[in-house]
Amino acid sequence: MTHASESSTPATKTPESFWEIVGRWSMSVDHKKLGMMYVGAGLIFFLVGGLEAAFMRLQLAQANLKIIDPETFNQLFTMHGTTMVFLVGMPILLGFGNYLLPLMVGARDMAFPRLNAFGFWLFIFGGLLLYFSYIGSQGLYGAPSAPDVGWFAYAPLTDRTFSRGNSTDYWILGILVSGFGSMTTAINFIGTILCMRCPGMTLMRMPIMAWMMLVVAALVLVAIPVLTGAQIMLLLDRSFGAHFFDPETTGSAVLWQHLFWFFGHPEVYILILPAFGFVSEILPTFSRKVLFGYPLMVAATVSIGFISLGVWAHHMFVVGLGPVLNSFFGAMTFLISVPTGIKIFNWIATMWGGRLRFATPMLFATGFIAMFVIGGLTGIMLATVPLDWQLSDSYFVVGHFHYVLFGGTVFGIFGALFYWFPKATGKMLSERLGKWTFWLLFIGFTMTFMPMHVSGVLGMPRRIYTYEADRGWEIWNLITTLGVPVQMAGVAIFLWNVVKSLRSGENAGNNPWDAWTLEWSTTSPPPEWNFDRIPTVTSARPLWDSAHPEDPDAHYE
Amino acid sequence: MGRGYSLTERTGAEARPRKNHLHRYTSSHAPNVIPTSGARESSSTVSSVRRLRCASQLQRYTLLGVLCFGAITSIGVSTAAAEVPQSQASRSLEVCDPSVIPISGSGVTSILESNSAPAREVRSLGYLVVAICAGIFVVVQTFLVLAIVRGVRAARVANASAGSGAEPVQVFGSLPIEVAWTVIPFIIVFVLTMVTIRTIRDIDLTKPPEGALTVTTIGHQWWWEFRYTAADGSTVITANEMHIPAGRPIWVELKSADVIHSFWVPRLAGKLDVIPGKTNALWIEADVPGIYLGQCAEYCGTQHAHMLLRVYAEEPAQFDAWLAAQAAPAVEDATVTVGRDTFTAFSCFNCHAIAGTSEGLFGPNLTHLASRDTIGSGSIPLTRSNLVQWILDPNTLKPGCNMPSLKLEPAQVESIVDYLMTLK
Repeated sequence: MTHASESSTPATKTPESFWEIVGRWSMSVDHKKLGMMYVGAGLIFFLVGGLEAAFMRLQLAQANLKIIDPETFNQLFTMHGTTMVFLVGMPILLGFGNYLLPLMVGARDMAFPRLNAFGFWLFIFGGLLLYFSYIGSQGLYGAPSAPDVGWFAYAPLTDRTFSRGNSTDYWILGILVSGFGSMTTAINFIGTILCMRCPGMTLMRMPIMAWMMLVVAALVLVAIPVLTGAQIMLLLDRSFGAHFFDPETTGSAVLWQHLFWFFGHPEVYILILPAFGFVSEILPTFSRKVLFGYPLMVAATVSIGFISLGVWAHHMFVVGLGPVLNSFFGAMTFLISVPTGIKIFNWIATMWGGRLRFATPMLFATGFIAMFVIGGLTGIMLATVPLDWQLSDSYFVVGHFHYVLFGGTVFGIFGALFYWFPKATGKMLSERLGKWTFWLLFIGFTMTFMPMHVSGVLGMPRRIYTYEADRGWEIWNLITTLGVPVQMAGVAIFLWNVVKSLRSGENAGNNPWDAWTLEWSTTSPPPEWNFDRIPTVTSARPLWDSAHPEDPDAHYE
Repeated sequence: MGRGYSLTERTGAEARPRKNHLHRYTSSHAPNVIPTSGARESSSTVSSVRRLRCASQLQRYTLLGVLCFGAITSIGVSTAAAEVPQSQASRSLEVCDPSVIPISGSGVTSILESNSAPAREVRSLGYLVVAICAGIFVVVQTFLVLAIVRGVRAARVANASAGSGAEPVQVFGSLPIEVAWTVIPFIIVFVLTMVTIRTIRDIDLTKPPEGALTVTTIGHQWWWEFRYTAADGSTVITANEMHIPAGRPIWVELKSADVIHSFWVPRLAGKLDVIPGKTNALWIEADVPGIYLGQCAEYCGTQHAHMLLRVYAEEPAQFDAWLAAQAAPAVEDATVTVGRDTFTAFSCFNCHAIAGTSEGLFGPNLTHLASRDTIGSGSIPLTRSNLVQWILDPNTLKPGCNMPSLKLEPAQVESIVDYLMTLK
């Protein structure tokens, strides 16, 4: 399948059997294979998580429906949230980092290739462990068969008293295991970015995505261990009679929330910063312009990293922290909108005066900006503490974070898929089908998530398996549900596009988009060793420099 | 080094100056530019001039953006400010007509239909924030659309002209522009923080307002318990339907018996979590009599969806009468002793308290059950047939609820219901 295997396999040899292919991929420590497997596995989980959401929307299409019983519904939203965050967002984004970072910084592989493979298999194992709960956690109690405590698993609902059986333990262990996988990946990113850059590539000459990934890796290393620690404490509570989160004794239910959100808020930035990176790579290429304000972009990214560690309690404005803490965390949350705003302005300035070509990656990148702006602004509304007292835990919040994580992260991911697919496979995706995917996703997304803001303002809380008739919520929920099949059609067309392209796609060549970063200087797909000769760079856009030797970027640094 | 600190840009070297106003601009200003050395001379000359042109243009647009934002926001803010007296006007109207509080239809639980001082203050702040956000939204999306339209047009022009393959002007950054869109958001954020903190100070009270009535509210999986102190100092306990006097501040003390719940009646106030091991308190103050609906807003397990809240705001005299009636002992009706005996013969009394009969604490207090409108935490109207169905098997009405079916004979259930329906 890859160029590397073709060139290393003698032509006379018979084609590989299925098991040989499986063996070659599963034993691989090549960052490109691992990256593709991360993205592939993430996409499979994306379909699973999407189906879970579709079932929920079916139940909520009208008031008082009885399609899905409450326990199943609660499992669905728990698994949907957990899957999308830990088994879709993180692996796909880290998978892109895995695939691209060595190519972008001109290295032959990640700093620790074996650790990289280890991390990937931990993620797979953690994901399977979580889903095994559907079969494995039935237990002797007639207990729920999958976790039903919500993705943030608030204590003391997770206590044995309220969560019988083993489903919550599966949740703890599945996430704990895949969390270790994320940590190893973060170590690898930091090692690769700091130590493996090719000659001439100073930190300020890295592709901007590498900067974003560096900050993401740092956040993973700070945030995930806190979650892991909290989960171990919860495990001790549940299985060994500890009382960390047990308010009946001296434990504290609020402690879990602090620990969880100390992880949880940086996690949001872990999920959005790589998408910022994709967009920051795609926009310049399709605007034919250099990224506007690179140093400010770096500064904004790093400051988002720092500030994101100090905003966690904005998930807890309704806990009753008192006026002082509420004011502090409200102010910090407002503050983080400044560097985020800077990024948006810089992207628009990058497009400004460019010559835009709306290939599919560019459609998704501009769609990303438009949708993310909405998600960011509703975020400002939610950061307004008193307004949050009304809107928190309502459908407004669901609408808000889907604008960030779907309109933001998922659009970014689709942009990246269309942008780097030719590099990874050597084949172009169909532009026509790509545009169908974009517009169906865009329309379906808006239909689904825009009305949620309204139902939230009308007082509809989240995580309810059914709702009262005659509160003015029905029509908005119906529109929301009707958006789902539109999105599903978009995703189905994308999958067909991939299959079609792999079978009979147009050949991509090294640099189909005429981009400027190092990954486009090698073949598509790149050989196992990435570059025949380690490149030397003199600016952030080495391919611009080689195309315009008389006018290199270095002059403007 | 120059990147980001001064405006640096240039053309692709093969780019020819386009035949448009930009070119004219170049020729008329070229003499002012000092050429740099050697081979870069011609391209530097062009690029330096283009830098001037492009910088002034971007700066003009940034200024325009700021002005637009200012205009839109001030329109929004003045609308938000005008909203306050309006709401007070409509409030005085509502006092004349108590039936104005609807219990069904769109807006019945809307955060915009405020009937309580804290909710109204949140709404005013909300309008202000939405106005500011709308200003930002319009400006940013306008720029995005402009950039797209201009960019697509530029690409079309470039493709049509002979110099295809030419790259547009490369703008690396601009200090004044970048400073502008760092500093202006800071100012907006500062304003937002200040108004937020002011509102927090106004409504996030740490002690009860003067003359407040304290109602202790206890969240259970999946129902609400309310405790009042009656005139004689005794404790009155009821469930799921909270009665309050209108026009008087209420201090809702929130406690939980099991997991975390959240008390949310949107027309009266924002929500506040009900946390085991931590007592929270919330200030509500209904302007006008009526039934205010709400529900638990923090996921609390299987039947989170059916943990509804009904707040009955009544004229003070009516409320006092209600409280006195609730403080009275349970009605003793000699015609239903069979039902009463059945109630105590089975395990009903383990969970349900009926003053003078049983003292269970795990389920709702039934002393004055028949004075309520609903069962199942506000999800089912209290009718004889619903109550029969409920006692036969609560899971058919509220699947997963903690009350078991005792597998009673229909006749036994009928007798219990006869008894319960007398508990006015």
